[in-house]
Amino acid sequence: MAKYITKRVLVSILTLLAILFVLFLMLSLMPGSPFNDEKLNATQKALLYAKYGLDQPFFIRFAKYVAAMVKGDLGFSYVINKNKAVSEMVAGPLMVSIKVGAMGMALGSVLGLLLGIAAALNHNTWVDTLCSIVSIMGVSVPSYVFALLLVYFVGFKMGLIPILYTSKNVAASYIGPMIALAMSPMANVSRFTRSEMIDVLGSDYILLVEAKGVRQNNLIMKHALRNTLIPIITIMGPILVNLLTGSMVVEKVFGVPGIGTLMVTAIQSNDYNVVIACAFIYSALYIVMMLFIDIAYGIIDPRIRVAKEK
Amino acid sequence: MSEIIHKKPVLTDEIVDDFSENDFVFVQEGERLTDKAYKSTSYLHDVWINFSKNKGAVVGAVIILIITLFAIIGPMVSGYTFDGIDLPHQSMPPRIPGIEKLGIFNGFERGKNVYEAKDALDLYFWLGTDTNGRDLFTRVCEGTRISLFIALVAVVIDIVIGMSYGLISGYFGGVVDMVMQRLLEVLNGIPTLVLVTLLGLVLPSGMTTIILALIITGWIGMSRIARAEVLKLKEAEYVLASRTLGAKHFAIIFIDILPNIFGQLITMAMFSVPSAIFTEAYLSFVGLGIPAPAASLGTLISDGYKSLTVHPYMIMSAIVVLALLMLSFNLFADGLRDAFDPNQKH
Repeated sequence: MAKYITKRVLVSILTLLAILFVLFLMLSLMPGSPFNDEKLNATQKALLYAKYGLDQPFFIRFAKYVAAMVKGDLGFSYVINKNKAVSEMVAGPLMVSIKVGAMGMALGSVLGLLLGIAAALNHNTWVDTLCSIVSIMGVSVPSYVFALLLVYFVGFKMGLIPILYTSKNVAASYIGPMIALAMSPMANVSRFTRSEMIDVLGSDYILLVEAKGVRQNNLIMKHALRNTLIPIITIMGPILVNLLTGSMVVEKVFGVPGIGTLMVTAIQSNDYNVVIACAFIYSALYIVMMLFIDIAYGIIDPRIRVAKEK
Repeated sequence: MSEIIHKKPVLTDEIVDDFSENDFVFVQEGERLTDKAYKSTSYLHDVWINFSKNKGAVVGAVIILIITLFAIIGPMVSGYTFDGIDLPHQSMPPRIPGIEKLGIFNGFERGKNVYEAKDALDLYFWLGTDTNGRDLFTRVCEGTRISLFIALVAVVIDIVIGMSYGLISGYFGGVVDMVMQRLLEVLNGIPTLVLVTLLGLVLPSGMTTIILALIITGWIGMSRIARAEVLKLKEAEYVLASRTLGAKHFAIIFIDILPNIFGQLITMAMFSVPSAIFTEAYLSFVGLGIPAPAASLGTLISDGYKSLTVHPYMIMSAIVVLALLMLSFNLFADGLRDAFDPNQKH
């Protein structure tokens, strides 16, 4: 197991470095410069470039950036918040994004699990059909469409949730983004739970448990659900990816001050260091989550580990 | 197919004593009989039967057809152009002849008839106009064209790049496979939207950028499936036979293996369509997509978003079409998967 984990961690670090390199390369190819003030003349621009070290060759800048990053220094913002450390700018939004994402994920998983169980227990009835319709909608309709519909119908027409994020009522502001983000995990989890549960309920050991006279509730909670849950870890990866990508747009729709909103603002104002930091945080979150899922799955199902060690 | 040909039996002498040879005639003499109860069907016919049994998939296919039809003939019959700015008739609510009598799509907004107020009772904007007075029906049709075009591009990229990558990586194995899979891992490590956003920044926004983004990341899922399927088949006896007979690698991959896994691959390609359509809509929503005045569904949504609370009809048509399109492609792909491989567990 230790060997497997070491290998996966090493691959992850290498991937992160490669991503950082690609990001750096792309940004240096980007048109425009962070100093767009028309009052600046060529000499002043050159001075600014020298001050921030932007006049040095590409590889030297890259090496310096990586060395600083290891110490937790992500450089300074050039435009949005002049001379403020990026690591400070990013910390707050990151917590907000994680909070909203985690709430969406939790809500979606619980609802999805309940829907899936309801569908499996009422296999081939109208309940099953209803659950299938809900889940296919959740899988195919993008989360920002849900966000827009929520803003209009629940926020504007009914006035139940704030249309835009307000710092006065943070808790209520989280409801909209949370529901919009919960749709995709809910749909995926319910689809998977349903098919796994139907399989488990049809198995011999459930027949035996039934024959022993175990009560229905006990049968589902203790015997069927536990065995259903294990394979669900396999779909956690794709679900989290959906959640991450969805959060970028959903945050923008609701105006939530998270990493997604910060990144879009930074992109629009050519703030190199902030863009790199945000993109890197997204990639790092993604890779770390994938790593955890892989390791968790390796612990639960040794066959995966053995196959990958070969 | 079982075939029975009845022949006249040779009669022995004893029987001849009691019956004359002409007393009996075989009813089906010389006739060819086929077993009709267990008629065999071809593979494709089988797929078709399974597919047409799946209601959701058929509905999906029909909706895709209808939307495609609208995208093709819509701009021709609407009588407007997608970029014709008409400022006097800006922000008109939807009005459709005939249906207006039912109380919906009748040009009313907040209790008053905008068409009457603007002295335009002889005009009909089926889905209304935007803040520049451009006909939204024509624009939504144009936007659908772009989304469908991107869907087509995504399928082609999936087949050309993803399939070949997976086939080659899986078939050759060893060092080739190792290198190709590590490369894939790195590519896959970059969240698609981050990459797409950065590409949109580096390159001028437009169709080329979206296509390039799809070329870089759109085919990874497909190549995984292709590789897994090849790994299953490459040790099969018929492949060994083919190799023994001296077939080249190219022939084994594309003539022996590919036809056997094509069903799964087509299904996978269909599944990549919704995410490609979403990528375009996302890019345009953030402001990095198709530039004005051209309309894509994403641009329409991002434009309509600005006046969401004042003129909700401006965003609803695009949202509904986008959601319907993604939903039907998903249903269609689901149906295809079940049809190609009915025994697989989902």
